[in-house]
Amino acid sequence: MSSGMKKYLFWFANEHLDFRINEIKSIVSLLNVDLKWLKTPYEDPFWIGELDSDESATKIASRSITVRYIIDLWSTAPSVSELHNELHGLSHSLLAPYSDASFKIKVEIFGKSQTQKEKLDKIESFNYLPLNGRVQLKNPELALQYIEYYGVDHSIAPLHPRELYFGRVVAQCQRDLISKHSLKKRKFIGNTSMDPQLSLIMANQAKISKGDLVFDPFVGSGSLLIAAAEFGGYVLGTDIDYLMLHGKSRPTRKQDRDKPRNNESVFCNMKQYQLEDHYIDIIVADSSLPLWRPDILFDAIITDPPYGMREAIEKVGCRKEEKRISEQHLPTHIPSKVVYPLCRLMSDLLDFAALHLTVGARLVTWLPIIRCEYDEKKLPHHDCLQLVGNSEQILSTTSSRRLLTYEKNKNFKPNSSSNGILYSEETFRERYYKYVEQLRKVKGCEKDS
Amino acid sequence: MKLLTHNMLSSKCIKGVNLGYPLGIEARDIKVSKVDFNSEFVTRIIPKLDYKTLYGAAEKLGHATDLPQTVVENFESNEDFLQKVHHVLLEVEVIDGDLICPETGRKFPINAGIPNMLINEDEV
Ligand SMILES: C[S@@+](CC[C@H](N)C(=O)[O-])C[C@H]1O[C@@H](n2cnc3c(N)ncnc32)[C@H](O)[C@@H]1O
Repeated sequence: MSSGMKKYLFWFANEHLDFRINEIKSIVSLLNVDLKWLKTPYEDPFWIGELDSDESATKIASRSITVRYIIDLWSTAPSVSELHNELHGLSHSLLAPYSDASFKIKVEIFGKSQTQKEKLDKIESFNYLPLNGRVQLKNPELALQYIEYYGVDHSIAPLHPRELYFGRVVAQCQRDLISKHSLKKRKFIGNTSMDPQLSLIMANQAKISKGDLVFDPFVGSGSLLIAAAEFGGYVLGTDIDYLMLHGKSRPTRKQDRDKPRNNESVFCNMKQYQLEDHYIDIIVADSSLPLWRPDILFDAIITDPPYGMREAIEKVGCRKEEKRISEQHLPTHIPSKVVYPLCRLMSDLLDFAALHLTVGARLVTWLPIIRCEYDEKKLPHHDCLQLVGNSEQILSTTSSRRLLTYEKNKNFKPNSSSNGILYSEETFRERYYKYVEQLRKVKGCEKDS
Repeated sequence: MKLLTHNMLSSKCIKGVNLGYPLGIEARDIKVSKVDFNSEFVTRIIPKLDYKTLYGAAEKLGHATDLPQTVVENFESNEDFLQKVHHVLLEVEVIDGDLICPETGRKFPINAGIPNMLINEDEV
């Protein structure tokens, strides 16, 4: 162990595996924490890293969504007897500061089911610990955590645990925000509202901090702005969909279809979470055209651009014949939309970020992918932007979307080149259906090539 | 629409428009509401502002009486000034009105507080 560093156990939630390391990387760079990973097994929820202090652990916990708890790791061993042996030797010095503290011991059997009785027996097995304080289940001064890890797959759980961990819980992370922001309870949602967990992870990827000016060019119902505001950002968004921003589109929840809509808007959502002081504005505008004063700099851009999947489905049967725009209708006229191929959208977005981000600030955006065609070298790129994060969310056997994090590393020059080469002049939808068509002909594609 | 937003918007989306800045404002309904003061945010946003435009817009809406005409020296430590800027940036809102392109006179309506900067097929 390096000098002055202590071992901590990072207990991750068992989902979004590919987002873990990038999220923590963003958080430690945002909060200036020195973290050295010792063990980062991709599939396991238990990782070990070194930090200088509990304070650093608490800092990370103040932001992390992918981690559940950070634990001061006292012992880890491959068998129960070895764990207890080690604790026997260490417990007096480790527990000296807590000998009279109220405490509880929590037991987690991960990857296997056990009865309550078995769990209680496990708590009893720590009887030898020199704890004189009283047991207190709610907010004890000392929370100890015992974990038996059997692997992530219940169906092939081994007889004995693969690994055991014991330590002191230092901090709980921010997973409560996921239920706080739950879409089920949110006033205003759209059919592409981003899930709160991923929205919050995006805000972390974007390194949003207090007082940042944050922009979403494809704002929709504003889910990403909620997450950004939760971490102190001041938020702005644009969307081409007039009815959406005015809360007049078709209600997304089936049960609400008959009710009159009242006060549904991005602003209402912000109010629902007491974040209205961080709301600047939303604007009806087309993000493929210039809108801002050229020297405006944002501290972060986070967005989920349209892929042409759901939008296209929405269009079926409701495409109106073009009419001449009368004077009277002009104020609310919604211009007809034209196809915006994904590669063009991406290179426009990268150009926009290169121009309108502060140096060192980030663009966080999604890109849909056909999995067996994926090639990292073909990702959109820009001279002024460095790809610093790339996490995959698998959507089906054939498709996924990748959360890309770009950091602006130098000032924009007009001759900087950008490219959104992934698919030539197509929308993702067109590409996707072409692909599915090919699949149907060929039947099956080489897996994971 | 808050005056902070107005400070950043242009009408450069219209074909042939050079700068499209600053946009004129025609306000039919103005709302003033209370927004929490955050000195860090205001301090960081002031260097990004086109202050002259902010002053002009505040004046146009009749909310410039307290606002100094230029950024004061050492504004970071001048809480009184920061509060005043905060007020015009975030608390004064145009609910209904128009934004006007300075070069073409094209009007962009603001309704329910939301500016509509879309242009029509024939203006791109
Ligand atoms: C995937 S959705 C974003 C959803 C949003 N993150 C949310 O949580 O509700 C993409 C949005 O982009 C908007 N959009 C499509 N083309 C646009 C354009 N050219 N300019 C601005 N917005 C556009 C659509 O109206 C849609 O609301």
